[in-house]
Amino acid sequence: MRTIRSMVLVSNDLISMQRGAQDVYDRLQAEIKAYGLDQEISLAMVSDVGRHDALPLVIVYPEAVVYGPLKVEDVHGLVEEHLYKGRIVVNLQASNRELSGKIAWLNTRKGTLPAEQRIVLRRAGIIDPTNIEDYILNDGYATLGKALTYMTPAQVIDEVKKSGLRGRGGAGFPTGTKWGFVAKEKSPKKYVICNADESEPGTYKDRLILEGDPHSIIEALAIAAFAVGADEGYIYIRGEYKLAQERLKLAILQAEEMGFLGQNIFGTAFNFDLRIHCGAGAYICGEETALLESIEGKRGQPRTRPPFPTTHGLFGKPTLVNNVETLANVPPILLNGATWYRSFGTLSSPGTKVFTILGNVNTTRLIEVPMGITLREVIGIYAHGMKNGANFKLAQTGGSSGSIIPASLQDTPMDFDSFAKAGVALGSGALLICNEDTCVVDLAKVLLNFFRTESCGKCFPCRIGTQRACEMLEAIADGRATLKTLDQLMDLSTTLVNLSNCGLGQTAGTPLKDILTYFRAEVEAHIRLGVCPAGVCNTTEAVQ
Amino acid sequence: MPVETINGHRVLEAVNAALDRHGASREELIPILNQVNQALGYLPAEALSEISLRLKEPLSSVLGVASFYSMLSTRPRGRHVVQFCESAPCHVAGGREVWETLREALKLATDETSPDGKWTLITASCLGICGVEPVVIIDDDVYGNLTADKIPEILARYS
Repeated sequence: MRTIRSMVLVSNDLISMQRGAQDVYDRLQAEIKAYGLDQEISLAMVSDVGRHDALPLVIVYPEAVVYGPLKVEDVHGLVEEHLYKGRIVVNLQASNRELSGKIAWLNTRKGTLPAEQRIVLRRAGIIDPTNIEDYILNDGYATLGKALTYMTPAQVIDEVKKSGLRGRGGAGFPTGTKWGFVAKEKSPKKYVICNADESEPGTYKDRLILEGDPHSIIEALAIAAFAVGADEGYIYIRGEYKLAQERLKLAILQAEEMGFLGQNIFGTAFNFDLRIHCGAGAYICGEETALLESIEGKRGQPRTRPPFPTTHGLFGKPTLVNNVETLANVPPILLNGATWYRSFGTLSSPGTKVFTILGNVNTTRLIEVPMGITLREVIGIYAHGMKNGANFKLAQTGGSSGSIIPASLQDTPMDFDSFAKAGVALGSGALLICNEDTCVVDLAKVLLNFFRTESCGKCFPCRIGTQRACEMLEAIADGRATLKTLDQLMDLSTTLVNLSNCGLGQTAGTPLKDILTYFRAEVEAHIRLGVCPAGVCNTTEAVQ
Repeated sequence: MPVETINGHRVLEAVNAALDRHGASREELIPILNQVNQALGYLPAEALSEISLRLKEPLSSVLGVASFYSMLSTRPRGRHVVQFCESAPCHVAGGREVWETLREALKLATDETSPDGKWTLITASCLGICGVEPVVIIDDDVYGNLTADKIPEILARYS
């Protein structure tokens, strides 16, 4: 695996460009290559560094050294001294003033590159997932034992609340609060369910957790059942995930044999049975009420909420539904404490997040990093830059149900609240990185076609709205649309977001809003000029 | 009782096997349909009405479930089922060219079966093998990191 040891940023605001930032960048690229450092140093342009006295600036992380104003002829010495020999070139440094622009927060990371931090994937790839003893040797089922014998259900919920853990399925609802809702219901029968119907295109984090560490989900579900007072659980797993299904089935058998499932677990009065339900191919079943319908043997059509599953869930009983990644966080939190967990990530979104990186980058992969990392870091450090040195245009987050994020937001920390403040969504953790060959109209067409295909058809804003949106986007792509179409599209987006019954229809409106907010000029070019700026759409198709 | 022979299996046998394994209860409808679908290649009308009788569940609701899920088919399929992933990650990674080539090579549109019963071409919203996009699955064989020029050679492996 390639590791990046330094990140070099060149300012590319207007003044920097006038003063030759592009030449500096090109020379840096050539020199880094000449020294054979291109495998370990990432190079990128950055706008709005927040100081204008010494442009163009070259900033080197992790030392956070700011050089400037830098001339092309300085580059050779800089690369040789700093990047090759590791000595700071004092006479090229800019005067000692802090950066205040978009990357100012990077200075707090001085001396450290954001490292991968594995919590939910800490055992994946290290233990044998088909061997329960391997799991036990690595703290397995110790947390369940601790919870059952040393803690009360209220204490377990309290610890999860204190940790600040938020649902990793996309919505970011506080997990401890949800547990509290189910726990306070007075019912002789309750259920806990693990939502493993991971169907967001581009997201495969849950699959790797289930394939690499299946026992951790069984343990977490048992803890959750103890906390909320349930004695039966289901894992609803996607039909396509055959290997994960086999490993889970085996793991459940092993856990039953060893007495971690069944009656009187750890010699206490706690009983818990766990079953697997395999999906049959429907994206909508990832929606929790559709998932419940599906377990009951019906069409996976979401219910009307309220009542919420926490009060009226599976077979009408109070039910807790949690995502795989959310559950995988629970045992480490109880084992190490909420304070430990809060030492990762940001204040409002503690802990780590598993991201899957896809698209036009050099390395597509899966990473688990503390919450609050930025897209720039993800692309520069973990994805090893854009493929063929292309420019980053946009990232589409969270499978289909996230946002289209323009390059201007690539320095926004990726956590639930920062993203919400910026008006975009984090989604389920897929990051589809696109270069300038991507046309936003074409991308939106693919996304809306996905929603149209996967709409369950229950409520009409979604059933008809996704169909109309596809038709309008096709009209734009073919050059048949007028500017009025864009107003109608924006209108439709609002309708989808506000009136759809469930999350599918609500998020179907997001890409429409995003392309009209961030890429309006590009969309309008299809209409006003009859040209697709990215050269993807054939705008003359309809014109005879 | 209508009994037909499909793919060498008898419909009734398949239904019996599925009911024996999962039990004749409403909650088990999806696993039952899944197993019958696997045994017969699709869910013929005879199988659905038999399941409806045995579960004491209206045929409309059995058909409702059978037609809802993409892994269940109520129509016969070809000997080889080609699934193309049309999700955004596959699309961005060059899926469009793969799709054009695939369609031309098979001379089929989405959801069509070739007249000789060899191929069925279907599109999937996501096949769950992201990371090696673009992806095509033929029967149970996964082909990742595909490019258009690999298609003819891959199709030639199937008789």
